[in-house]
Amino acid sequence: MSLFDIAFYFFALITVASAALVVFSRNIIYSAFALLFTFFGVAGLYALLGADFVAVAQLLIYVGGILVLLLFGVMLTTKLVSVDMKTGTLQALPATLLFAAVAGALSGVYIITDWNVLAGAPDAATTAVTIGDMFLTTWLLPFEIASVVLLVALVGAAMIARRDARSKPTQQAAL
Amino acid sequence: MLEQYIPIGFMFIVAIIFGIVMSKLSEWLGPKNPNDVKLSTYESGMEPVLSARERVSVKYYMVAMLFILFDIEVVFLYPWAVNFRSLGLFGFVEMLVFTVVLMLGYIYLLKKGALKWQ
Amino acid sequence: MIPLEYYLSLSAVLFATGVIGVLTRRNAIIVFMSIELMLNAVNLSLVAFSQYLGSTTGQVLVFFVMAVAAAESAIGLAIIIALFRNKQTLNIDELNLLKW
Repeated sequence: MSLFDIAFYFFALITVASAALVVFSRNIIYSAFALLFTFFGVAGLYALLGADFVAVAQLLIYVGGILVLLLFGVMLTTKLVSVDMKTGTLQALPATLLFAAVAGALSGVYIITDWNVLAGAPDAATTAVTIGDMFLTTWLLPFEIASVVLLVALVGAAMIARRDARSKPTQQAAL
Repeated sequence: MLEQYIPIGFMFIVAIIFGIVMSKLSEWLGPKNPNDVKLSTYESGMEPVLSARERVSVKYYMVAMLFILFDIEVVFLYPWAVNFRSLGLFGFVEMLVFTVVLMLGYIYLLKKGALKWQ
Repeated sequence: MIPLEYYLSLSAVLFATGVIGVLTRRNAIIVFMSIELMLNAVNLSLVAFSQYLGSTTGQVLVFFVMAVAAAESAIGLAIIIALFRNKQTLNIDELNLLKW
């Protein structure tokens, strides 16, 4: 077993174990921090796959952005010490069956299918140049639409989350 | 290709070991004689009045949300920047459109007063 | 060399974990995290395909998924905060205003 294989199993273990912790942990703060390790493990797998720029973007966007936003969401809606943070699960047995069904079906299809995999080793160049070239030529329209999506999200989220100063100050005094 | 990650991995391991060893060392070697005054929460010399673990205000959410959206913008800027010379003016105009569209949202928020620390 | 199927199976397990989270947990934020898990699983399979089938298109798609995920998390958490402000709960069984 080479160092590469060991690294793969290491990151795979981190990813799956912390994903399970995210879903099954009783405490929402533990879930949020387990999600950090899931994102980190996936970033490691990207690096192993030779997608260096995607790995960096994963760390920047998911760990640096989305996870921080999630933690803010947790802190804005729960007190850090209260029973409020304990959240329950229900229907454990159907969920387990469903897990087995979904994971089994997907893996089964993946393994049975005869993928037309390239034989050679992946090229050694950094991927940022290729990605940038594709962004601004082949994928130009989705690229510009992405900016519109972000604009709408910016305006929309600000409108929803902001406390409106004029209407009903008494009801919203709690937050 | 993957050989160049070995120093990074090595640094991760060293950083983790260093963090654990240093905090444990100070725990083992430092003298410990606690008393009530030492263990009380220090809050700029005042008696603590409330628990620090309260809900934080929704004002912080706006900052975090703006951060993530402009974070995305920066990530999209980078692959353009490494290709700046080969793409030339065309790429510059495309990126200008992208940036201006996002900047419109920012200006809207400023005008709307969403960033005011009320 | 790890075969492509390993990465894909890992992504399938990650996806199924996210599905479980969405279906069994009752806290809206945990449901939200599970959705992020599923998005990550899809991204992982996209990158794996991109590498093993020798085309960078998969990685470009990952960036669009990330952009949409960021927009989704900004909006989603804003909705969660607005819901919490009005109903003082995050239990999605109690957030049934649209159900008669």
